[in-house]
Amino acid sequence: MHPPVPRLELLDITKRYPGIVACSEVSLSVMPGEIHAVLGENGAGKSTLMKIIYGAVRADSGSILLNGHEVNVANPAQARRLGIGMVFQHFSLFETLTVAENISLVLDEPFNLPALAVRVKAVSERYGLPLDPSRMVHSLSVGERQRVEIVRCLLQDPKLLILDEPTSVLTPQAVQKLFETLRQLASEGVSILYISHKLHEIQSLCDGATILRHGKVTGNANPRQETPASLARMMIGRELPVCQAPVYEGDQHTVLTVESLNLVSDDPFGTDLKNISLTVNAGEILGIAGISGNGQAELMAALSGETTVEKHAIHFEGKPVGHLNAGQRRHKGLVFVPEERLGRGAVPPFSLSHNALLTAHRKGMKYWGLVRYSKAREFADKCVARFDVRCGGSGDDARSLSGGNLQKFIVGREIMLKPKAMIVAQPTWGVDVGASAVLRQALLDLSRNGVAIVLISEELEELFEISDRIAVLAQGRLSTAQPRSAISAESVGMKMSGLFDESDASNSAEVSHASA
Amino acid sequence: MIEHLIPILAGTLAAATPLVFAGLGELVAERTGVINLGVEGMMLVGAIAGFAAAAETGYGAAAGLPAGALAGAATAMIFAFFALSLAANQAACGLALTIFGLGLSAFIGQNYVSYSLPGLQPIAIPFLSDIPLLGPVLFTQDAVVYLSIVAYAGVAWTLTKTRLGLLLKAVGESPESAHAIGYPVILIRFGAVAFGGAMAGMAGAYLSTVYTPLWVQNMSAGRGWIAVALVVFATWKPTRLLFGAYLFGFVTILQFHAQGLGIVLPVQLLAALPYLATIVVLVAISHDRKVLQNNLPASLGKPFLP
Amino acid sequence: MHLLEPRARPSKLMRWTAPLIAIAATLLAGSFLFWSLGKPVLASFQVFFIQPMSSSYGWSELLIKACPLILIAQGLAIGFKARIYNIGAEGQLIMGALAAGGVAIAMEGSDSQWVIPAMVIAGALGGALWGALPALLRTRFNAQETLTTLMLSYIASFILSYMVHGPWRDPEGMNFPQSIMFSDNALFSILLEGSRVNTSIFITGFAVLAFWLFNAHSFMHFQIEVGGHAPAASRYAGFSSRQTVWFSLVISGMTAGLAGVGEIAGPVGQLNLNISPGYGFAAIIVAYLGRLHALGIVLAGFLMALIYLGGEAAQVSLQMPFAITGIFQGMLLFFLLGSDAFIDNRLRRFA
Repeated sequence: MHPPVPRLELLDITKRYPGIVACSEVSLSVMPGEIHAVLGENGAGKSTLMKIIYGAVRADSGSILLNGHEVNVANPAQARRLGIGMVFQHFSLFETLTVAENISLVLDEPFNLPALAVRVKAVSERYGLPLDPSRMVHSLSVGERQRVEIVRCLLQDPKLLILDEPTSVLTPQAVQKLFETLRQLASEGVSILYISHKLHEIQSLCDGATILRHGKVTGNANPRQETPASLARMMIGRELPVCQAPVYEGDQHTVLTVESLNLVSDDPFGTDLKNISLTVNAGEILGIAGISGNGQAELMAALSGETTVEKHAIHFEGKPVGHLNAGQRRHKGLVFVPEERLGRGAVPPFSLSHNALLTAHRKGMKYWGLVRYSKAREFADKCVARFDVRCGGSGDDARSLSGGNLQKFIVGREIMLKPKAMIVAQPTWGVDVGASAVLRQALLDLSRNGVAIVLISEELEELFEISDRIAVLAQGRLSTAQPRSAISAESVGMKMSGLFDESDASNSAEVSHASA
Repeated sequence: MIEHLIPILAGTLAAATPLVFAGLGELVAERTGVINLGVEGMMLVGAIAGFAAAAETGYGAAAGLPAGALAGAATAMIFAFFALSLAANQAACGLALTIFGLGLSAFIGQNYVSYSLPGLQPIAIPFLSDIPLLGPVLFTQDAVVYLSIVAYAGVAWTLTKTRLGLLLKAVGESPESAHAIGYPVILIRFGAVAFGGAMAGMAGAYLSTVYTPLWVQNMSAGRGWIAVALVVFATWKPTRLLFGAYLFGFVTILQFHAQGLGIVLPVQLLAALPYLATIVVLVAISHDRKVLQNNLPASLGKPFLP
Repeated sequence: MHLLEPRARPSKLMRWTAPLIAIAATLLAGSFLFWSLGKPVLASFQVFFIQPMSSSYGWSELLIKACPLILIAQGLAIGFKARIYNIGAEGQLIMGALAAGGVAIAMEGSDSQWVIPAMVIAGALGGALWGALPALLRTRFNAQETLTTLMLSYIASFILSYMVHGPWRDPEGMNFPQSIMFSDNALFSILLEGSRVNTSIFITGFAVLAFWLFNAHSFMHFQIEVGGHAPAASRYAGFSSRQTVWFSLVISGMTAGLAGVGEIAGPVGQLNLNISPGYGFAAIIVAYLGRLHALGIVLAGFLMALIYLGGEAAQVSLQMPFAITGIFQGMLLFFLLGSDAFIDNRLRRFA
């Protein structure tokens, strides 16, 4: 017997971008039929590494061996011919095309949609990934879109399948289903590269793991023999930080009420809000779970005032505010931290002090329509100092800051407006573990000072860590919020796929069946 | 009344033909996410190149149209270099192309101001042209009018029935996804822009070698811009574009028959009708945001750097 | 095919040298053009760029051409910052001229000192109205201002044509399409004996100062810039996008209208079909070349005026058509946009 040849071997892969080394001398190997994890936090270089394997990005140096032979992967089409398939984190699908049309675009074969549709159905059934080839992608849930990506790879008989953060958009139940499919594939000899920052998933699924930090390999491990703590140490260099949630002792009153809010989405592919009701009290964090695309964008816009709604649909401090725009609501003490930091929460080419002006201009930065730039600078300086924003100073452009630091600035800026309520969306998306902990703690502290907070997030762990009550937004409907102690991740997961009935929902809309 | 109707309708097709060509070309470019506001400039360069080729070779439109198409495609490449390779602001690049094309065509055209060309004789299609009303309107046209309909059919078929059409649409919706699965987005867009330029150039050459077979500075008179507006009006669909072009052809021809129809308006104000009509159709199609949003190539006008 | 990759941070150096690179590239391409036409390159440049500036009369003409370009570009720059593309300043200029010309014709024979002020106000309103129309179409009906402003400028030129062919034609003008020559109190007074420089330059001067202060200090300008750089941030902050559309289109219409008054109550002295040699379009280039900055636009305006004068000189001395001006304008804008690409990007290093 020969010693087994690895399906994939990377040797000393290095890739530099202007101002940053994304991957530095990274090596790893994957055996046939192995499920191998690439573990690392945001910005560790995982995605770049996968794009290099898939030919979407070219490495500056290093080599790629496939089945023991060095290969030069010039582009994704060639990668596919070599038997490499990739499921992207931000799906590479076209919303206005059907499932079959999307799949046909990656296949090297004569254009015949009806014949392809038959094969799509066959493959999707064989691997437990039901799909309707004639549906338009924009009408699919996020989970279904992922199935399209996977089926698209499977139709090309891959020998190596790369999945980039595949579970960040799935309910816990859907994650289990995906794992079954992946195990089935591995048993048929397909090698799988599984990229994630979620420790428990890797422990339950993967046979081997390569851990990356700041573009360098910091360890190779069999994840089943490691503890979450030991993996975390390799991933971030220390233990996972934990947040402190003291009990709120201030006076109890309702700050924000939404009553039977209906909203038709502006976005042609958006989700309409159906009969949404919620209340948030001073001193608590209301978590809203759910997968993006289920009305999250619409709910945020309606709560923040970016979209104005019927006057009495939203009450703030007892007064109707539905008709007010975001600036007017902010002036009353209802602030918002959006999920997109660059281009929404901050203007990328503007300095931090100009970005302070964006929402804090009512804090004495204007007189007679003219700007007092010195006041804006003062405000920004104070924010930078108080919230530990790591940057050269308030003159730095917003786009030059890392995601975590810019988020600290934006959250800090809104906290300095002394709000009575804050809507915050995906506060730690794309933020490293250290900054995430700081941000979560800042939200907890803010709420314990009597501010009502609505936290909209896709990350269940985050919601369970800092929310007091949790509701689920699915298909434009919101379930009744329940205390964190009274619910489990599984029941939230069920609701995320739309499975909640009339008594459970915040409204009495008809029950729709699961599609995610 | 009826004695005016046949010449008006027959003239409509010819007047619409430049808009059909230029509009189809721009439609294909916009499908891939590139808005080229230089149609007017490419048309003018095509017009003078076509005219020069027709005059110098003596082959008339047979030489003029290919020359116009080539010249249009060549000028489109200037746009493509700046707007695609250098990812510069597409709207501004298109404007630069229009200003440049206007200047260049007038510059070259100074040598051709007093020429005139024979034009093209209408071809009466046997039997079909004998049908009352329809015959003279649809089947007694010059060859280029028929060619424009073939071009329409070709574009419509390609966009809806072929993998290439699917790819063009995909690139226009999400160049990022198309790039991620390995398509050369910039190259595809170069091709679409070149096609748009060739079609605009052909439209210009039709004007200068067939429609009014002489060269006049700035002779396209805003038709390039109207073609851009038509693409919006057509919500990026070839069939709607064809009808839109004929609507404009009709409005254009109407002014020449206004007197006969008993409309007493000063000639200058009648001449403004097509431009007014452009605004009216833009308003009509745009006022319902959803109609445009549902059809708009999502990446239209956004620069893409892989 | 793609030549660029993003820089780690935008180059401040490129931001200010891009216009110079564009000018240099235009001169280079221009030499190639002259050479390919068989014209002596250096002598052509002498005619085009030096000769107009070699006499005091030339300088005064430069000022006369630069003023309307600078004035219009100041207004356009406000819109461009908000990504509102008014490309119909030519029509707004015409409507301003028509409104002011109407006042001049109606007040013909009066010896009032208020004719010129009335013309200025009428011109500003006429231009503003022609800018307000696309603002209405955009805010009320969502129609793209790029196309509507341009269509309205064609319509304006037909209205002008109608007026000078019809109601306002000079009865003693041998049937030429032109109005009467305006009387002295409907003209700006000449400032420099022997030149055509007149008091309308004070309008431009005042506008430059006003726009400079507005751009540097007003909150409105901040809102406009936010809208241009990040529309979502503008909504997030609660700034009104409608207000920006109205403001920028009305202001740019107004400055174009004022430029129209300056032409008909200045060098032209009447309404006719040639009141603007494309100033409305050239001002677009001036605005970009001047980095949308009030003072940068002044410099760019003079350069563009020189291209106009050079075109005229080339017509006389080199027997070249005036259209060469358009070629130079187009090249300048292309090269400017091309150099601008290197502010945020650099040439890709090929592996």
